[in-house]
Amino acid sequence: MSDHHIQLPEGSIEKQTTTLNLGPTHPATHGVFQNVLEMDGERIVSATPTVGYIHRAFEKIAERKPYYQITPLTDRLNYCSAPINNIGWHLTVEKLLGIKTPKRVDYLRVIIMELARITDHLICNSVIGVDSGAFTGFLYVMQYRELVYEIYEEICGSRLTTNIGRIGGFERNFTETAFRKINKFLDEYPAVLKEFENLFTRNRIFMERTQGVGAITAERALNYGFTGPNLRAAGVDYDVRVATPYSSYEDFEFSIPVGTTGDTYDRFLVRNAEMWQSLGIIRQAMDKLKDLPADVFHADVPAYYLPDKEDVYSKMEALIYHFKIVMGETDILPGEVYNAVEGANGELGFYLISDGGRSPYRLHFRRPCFIYYQAYPEMVKGAMLSDAIICMSSLNLIAGELDA
Amino acid sequence: MSLTNEHIKNRLVEKFGEALTNFEESYGIMSFQAPKEINLKVMQFLYDEEDLAFRFMTDLCGVHYPDNAGAELGVVYHLHNLVQNVRLRFKVFTAVETPQVFTATKLFATANWQERETYDFFGIDFVGHPNLVRILNVDEMDYFPLRKEFPLEDQTRVDKDDEMFGRGGSVGI
Repeated sequence: MSDHHIQLPEGSIEKQTTTLNLGPTHPATHGVFQNVLEMDGERIVSATPTVGYIHRAFEKIAERKPYYQITPLTDRLNYCSAPINNIGWHLTVEKLLGIKTPKRVDYLRVIIMELARITDHLICNSVIGVDSGAFTGFLYVMQYRELVYEIYEEICGSRLTTNIGRIGGFERNFTETAFRKINKFLDEYPAVLKEFENLFTRNRIFMERTQGVGAITAERALNYGFTGPNLRAAGVDYDVRVATPYSSYEDFEFSIPVGTTGDTYDRFLVRNAEMWQSLGIIRQAMDKLKDLPADVFHADVPAYYLPDKEDVYSKMEALIYHFKIVMGETDILPGEVYNAVEGANGELGFYLISDGGRSPYRLHFRRPCFIYYQAYPEMVKGAMLSDAIICMSSLNLIAGELDA
Repeated sequence: MSLTNEHIKNRLVEKFGEALTNFEESYGIMSFQAPKEINLKVMQFLYDEEDLAFRFMTDLCGVHYPDNAGAELGVVYHLHNLVQNVRLRFKVFTAVETPQVFTATKLFATANWQERETYDFFGIDFVGHPNLVRILNVDEMDYFPLRKEFPLEDQTRVDKDDEMFGRGGSVGI
């Protein structure tokens, strides 16, 4: 220390940290996320996330709705892959009621769920690009997400909050146009995904920005209840589709991509690899469909599946069942069931307690991103602010699911 | 798949004896009930023993049975042995006047927010939790909305003039 330097008094600015409010409506948070960051220069000392900005009390609302009216609530959890939530809920009710769906229904569901997984991963990965300064990839892949949304539209009439399917199957059969659109997507998408990977995977700037950023070890990830691609990026090969297959996933050949370091780059790679696996699963499902009768699209459970309108007007049984289902008079077994599906961002669980009434006695959603978001302060501690942004987008947090 | 529900049950009964009750198996998952005083002991036992190794907490949530006098509030834990792929569910119950249950945050970091959520909606007071404050609802809220004494609004009420939601006013029913 020489006398030339200005001597700062004790407790002055160089020893202080700055409080920075990030969010809840900051464009870089991609959703309603607020973090109060304690900053030392550009380094994060601590982060305090606040959640609940779009809480809509779905668990409470579900205690009043009949089972078939809960599907639209699940849409609004992870709205980037709503069909997985819808079908996950249908599978839960089917498990409670002991409904066995035909193979064709299972395969159709698998196609839809894997398309949804692709769109979800696509959004997440391209948004990592946006946050690291590469906007092109995001704009480029959006038109291919549009192709998938057109498929949803052809099948169920809506695009984002799909409300796809019914308890027991689908509300109507897939049309020729739907299959043509799926085939078109399968033909065109691989080249796009390849190009998307070329843009990022070995891009020096992208690697520098993402490698080692927001890393978490497998032990910590498991302790924090991580599931899905975020857990697999840390090297744990847990996938609900393989561990407890549902909807005939055991009939398909696919591998579980895993990472090693659990950082943002690995999460990106795992999601990309999963998109290739999903494409493979959809192709297998399309092949398998060829051997099955083309007119089966729901299970034969008249007590729970709404009959055709034509039958309602002309057949006595159909009218009775229609009335009973709509008025919530159908018998639901009392019981407790936990059913999990592999959502696009982790294990999406439905814990349902039925007391035999028309609505669930208690319905709890195990929402993967609510559970792993609590690790965020630990993951960004000591990181730069811009790294914290990338880390958040690579976790694939969906505000609708987080706040339920 | 060497770890069977039968084996888990035997090991638990051997260790805790009569304390654990209501063993049942529904839809492949074994479920039982434990006194709330030993919830951590049970969890630690399930975690530590090499042959059980339930080291992943899938889910933690609350449930309210208002008619169940003396044990109105429940906490439901879903544990998972990822290696053997076996799930397990256990519950502890507590009276609504004394909603104190020990926190699982020391064992599972994931329990932190899930217990906050359960506190937020059911008012279960997790003893030893590092930061037990509301998480999804506003801090000023003075009730616990998922308890059964708070019914949802009656959709057939007519005293509320709310045209946008199709009731009252000039819309008619």
